Amino acid sequence: MTDLVSFRPEIIREVQSGDAPVVAKTLSPAERIYRLGFVRKTAILAVLAVAWEIYGRWLGNPLPFPTFGQTVEAFVSNVASGVIPQRMLVSLQTLVIGYGIGIALAALLTTLAIGSRIGADLLETLTSMFNPLPAIALLPLALIWFGLGTGSIIFVLVHSVLWAIALNTHAGFRSVSNTLRMVGQNYGLRGLKLVRLILIPAAFPAILTGLKVGWAFAWRTLIAAELVFGVSSGSGGLGWFIYENRNQLETANVFAGLFTVILIGLFVENVVFANIERRTIRRWGMQH
Amino acid sequence: MLAPSDAASASPLLSVAGVTLQYKTPDAVVTATRRVSFDVYPADRFVLLGPSGCGKSTLLKAIGGYLIPVEGQISLKGRKVSGPGPDRMMVFQEFDQLLPWKTVRENVVFALTASGRAGQTEAEARARAYIDKVGLTKFIDSYPHTLSGGMKQRVAIARGMAMEPDVLLMDEPFAALDALTRRKMQDELLRLWDDTHFTVLFVTHSIEEAIRVGTRILLLSPHPGEVKAELNSVPPEAMGTGKQAALETRINDMLFASH
Repeated sequence: MTDLVSFRPEIIREVQSGDAPVVAKTLSPAERIYRLGFVRKTAILAVLAVAWEIYGRWLGNPLPFPTFGQTVEAFVSNVASGVIPQRMLVSLQTLVIGYGIGIALAALLTTLAIGSRIGADLLETLTSMFNPLPAIALLPLALIWFGLGTGSIIFVLVHSVLWAIALNTHAGFRSVSNTLRMVGQNYGLRGLKLVRLILIPAAFPAILTGLKVGWAFAWRTLIAAELVFGVSSGSGGLGWFIYENRNQLETANVFAGLFTVILIGLFVENVVFANIERRTIRRWGMQH
Repeated sequence: MLAPSDAASASPLLSVAGVTLQYKTPDAVVTATRRVSFDVYPADRFVLLGPSGCGKSTLLKAIGGYLIPVEGQISLKGRKVSGPGPDRMMVFQEFDQLLPWKTVRENVVFALTASGRAGQTEAEARARAYIDKVGLTKFIDSYPHTLSGGMKQRVAIARGMAMEPDVLLMDEPFAALDALTRRKMQDELLRLWDDTHFTVLFVTHSIEEAIRVGTRILLLSPHPGEVKAELNSVPPEAMGTGKQAALETRINDMLFASH
């Protein structure tokens, strides 16, 4: 055994990789462009638009299915005449009020929930009761309580936003590592200060998910509620715009209305939330 | 370094007297330590050493104020410890102890301002000085997720030292690091200590680390943790000599005598 060991000489080398290139090869321009997310998504949208146009022309009947071109035309003329922007404003105004109230109530509930055992039980019970309840199902009740008008829409909006945000935020708070809590306490932080300075930023990925889900719920609920009784709320929002044009068989306008709903959805998701994400949780390495 | 005779005449900085700690699991109350007593003097590098299950981390958490003893008393500078506070800074084993939403500099500054240990301008200056001490000036504006494990622990140590606490509590701070980095960090800690002679309480389960890092070593026996011995470590110059080996064997024999 010792013979075998002494038989093999030891090897000691000078490492000379200092001048070896680190960059193996630069990517080709086409590959670099393909790596941009918005380029790929825009390509998908373009393909969908072309498919739509082809099908619309092949069908040749704008009453049930206008072409992409006709929809864009209707959209542009409605934007130019100020109808869509005005309806959009009405919808967004209602939405922001409902969303805001929902966030405030969710903040209150989750603060109670992390402060005490009974608060947590309250939140868990309420969420499991109301989260599965579709907001639209509450509309008849809302009509009785708040009458025909914005009040009822805001009520169902709050309902659709509140539970999604509260559930996610609470889950986020509970998943904050014990070490971070102890670090906060080590600084002498207690109660609401600990929540504000440690728990909220630490749970921000979950909170942001809650806000996104809540926003999508709110937007859907709003358009649906406006479809049902948009008449009453003065000039009406986008949902009412869609409903009105359906009655007049202005299908291109109906599509333009839906188009607006989609555009706003895309904008909020890909610009507003994507920016918040990039500046916060991605920068912090809490999400990749 | 304080000679033992000098230390004995001074009053202890931290005194743990007859402390019994218990924690609740869903179906039992577990005694972690039983009537543990020891005194830590200023500029001590005091090591709590024992196998897993001897309650050394629980003991450190109690000194940090996160746990109230069921029996006995912990006092710092003669005042009873009743809750967590910035006069006893913890350095944890976990890498996630830095706030991920703050840069290295902001992490240190925030610790100082949130705890009220320093105002904004002084906090900035102190943060810069201590980050420089741990050799991370280049990474001062980096977010923690871009740092390696060893660098994160260095920031945590810089943060702890910047607070200039009465005692720095270190809960196996190098246990999650690879062996080479761990050795380097131990030497760095000793170098930092040479600068300011801060008091540190260090928890470890490695006999070698205890001898290297500590001036005084408290041996704890497991289930429940009880004090087995309080020994003097060897000076850093004696590392790698027969004195170190002898102490290591002695500690080994004491810890595993009953098995």
